[in-house]
Amino acid sequence: MKLLKALILPVLLLVVWEVAMRVSGIESDSLAMPSQIAVAFYEALRDGTILRRTAETLRAALTGLAIGGGSALIVSIVFGLIPAAARLAQFSVEVLRPVPAVALIPVAILTLGFGYAMEVSLVAFATFWPVLIYGQSAIVNIEPQLLDVSRVLRLSTLGRVTKVVLPATLPRYFVAFRLATAVSLIVAVTVEIAANPLGIGYELMTASQSLHPDLMFALVLWIGIVGWVLNGALLLAQRRLFGPAAMVELAR
Amino acid sequence: MCAATATFQGSEATIMNNVAPTPRAGAATAAPLIAFHGVSHVFGTRPVLQDINLTIGKSEFVCMVGPSGCGKTTMLRMVGGLQAPAAGEVTFAGKRVTGPAQEISFMFQDYSKALLPWRTAAGNVSLALEANGVPAAQRAERIKDLLGKVGLAGHAEHFPAQLSGGMQQRVQIARCLAQEPSVLLMDEPFGALDAMTRQALQDEILRIIQASRTTVVFVTHDLEEAIYLGDRVVALYPNPGRIAQVFEVDLPKPRNQLTTRESPAFLRLRRALFDFIREGEA
Repeated sequence: MKLLKALILPVLLLVVWEVAMRVSGIESDSLAMPSQIAVAFYEALRDGTILRRTAETLRAALTGLAIGGGSALIVSIVFGLIPAAARLAQFSVEVLRPVPAVALIPVAILTLGFGYAMEVSLVAFATFWPVLIYGQSAIVNIEPQLLDVSRVLRLSTLGRVTKVVLPATLPRYFVAFRLATAVSLIVAVTVEIAANPLGIGYELMTASQSLHPDLMFALVLWIGIVGWVLNGALLLAQRRLFGPAAMVELAR
Repeated sequence: MCAATATFQGSEATIMNNVAPTPRAGAATAAPLIAFHGVSHVFGTRPVLQDINLTIGKSEFVCMVGPSGCGKTTMLRMVGGLQAPAAGEVTFAGKRVTGPAQEISFMFQDYSKALLPWRTAAGNVSLALEANGVPAAQRAERIKDLLGKVGLAGHAEHFPAQLSGGMQQRVQIARCLAQEPSVLLMDEPFGALDAMTRQALQDEILRIIQASRTTVVFVTHDLEEAIYLGDRVVALYPNPGRIAQVFEVDLPKPRNQLTTRESPAFLRLRRALFDFIREGEA
C-alpha cells in the first residue's frame, strides 16, 4: 500500500511526459520518451553495458571508501586517544578539509593518469573527512565513566580500544560510513563525467555527446537506483546490527 | 588541624580526632593500609581539598560523608589512582599511589554508565577477568561463581538495560570482586536506588566483605547508611574539603537493619552526625 502510494507521483509524471511528447510530436536530440528510455535501458542491461559500467564505478567508489574511511577510522581513534596529536593536526585538517575533491581532478590526472588509481584516490580524499570528523566527535562523546572503568580495570590500550572505545562509538561510525558511501558514489561519478574513461559517469557522458538522450536518461535513472539500493542496504545493516537488543553482537 | 577531640555519652560511640585513630578490637587492625599525607587539590583555581591527613587500616570499613563540594569523591579517586593530588601524597601499603592497581577496585555511582551496555551481565564481569589476564577457559566458571555470590545466578545472559538498578549494581559488585581486590572503593553506590533495594544491598556488601576481610572506603550522602555500614565515619566540610571530624562507630556486628538502627548507640551517633553536618552548613 505504502509502495503503491509512493509510486503514484512518478508514474503519473511519466505518463504525462509520454503523452505530451507523443501528442506534440516533438523530434528531439536532447529529449526522449519514457518508452524509449525503457527500451534503451533494457538494451543496455541486456548487452551487459550497464552492469559492467556499474561494477567499474562501484569498484572505484568502494575501494576509495575503504581506503579513505578506513584510514580516517584509525586516525580518529589515534586523535581520540592522544589529544595532543589532534591539536597538532587541527590546522592541517581545517585547511585540507574544505578543498573540493573535484578541484583535485587535474592534480590527480597529472600525477596518476587516467584509470582506477586516480578515481580511487579522489574518492578516498573525499570520504576521509566526514569519517574523521564524525569519528572524532564520537570518541569525544564516549561516556567518561566508561573510560574510568577501563582505567580502573587496567585494560591495555589495545583492550581499551577494542573492548570499550570501538563498541561504544560503532553506531556513530556506522552513520559516518553511510554518509561517506553517498559521498563516494557522487565523487566517483563526477570524476568519470569530468575526466575518467570508466564507469557509469563515462557511459553517461558518451550517451550525451553521441546524442542518445534515451540511454542518457536511462543511466541517470540507474544512478539514482544504485544510490538508493546502496543506502537501503546500509540502513538495513544498521538496523540489524544496532537494534536495541542487538548492539551486542558487535562487541563479541 | 580540625576539630578538637570530644567524647560522647556512653561507651559505644565516641568521637575521635581524625589524625590519631586509636587501635580497636573488631574488624580493623591498626596497620595503616591507605594513608593521605597532607593532600591538597584544586580544580582550576577552586580548592577542593585542603591538607587531608587520614589513615585507613586493613579490613576497616570507612565511610565518608559531607555535603556536595567537600571533595569526598575526589579523595576516593585519588586512592583509586584516577586522580593525582596537586600536593601531598596518597599511599597504599606504604607505596605512593600512581595509578590504578589490581588490588584496588572502584565501584561507580551511576550504574547505567559504568556497565558496558553492549555486554551481558556475564560479559561485564568477564571484562575484569579479561583485563586481569584470566585464561578464557577459566572465565565461565569464575563468572558463574561471582554472579551467584551477588544473587544474579539466573541473569548471566541479561543485558544491563534488562536489569533493574539494584541488579545492575550487583553486576558492578561482581565485576569489582572479579578483580580480587583487597580494597573496595565505593562512590555513592546505592544513592540512586530505592530504600528497600538499598538496604538489601547494604547487607549484601557487609556479608561479602566480611568473608573476604576487604577494606572498604565508602562515600555517601546518607548519614544513616554511613553509620550502619562503617567502622568509622569521616565527616568533611566543604569549600575547600577538609576533614572535620572522625566518628568511631562501635556498633556490634553483624549489623541488622532493624535492631542496629533502633539501638540507642545508633541513634546517638545519628544525632551527633546530623547536628554536626547542620553546624557545618550554617
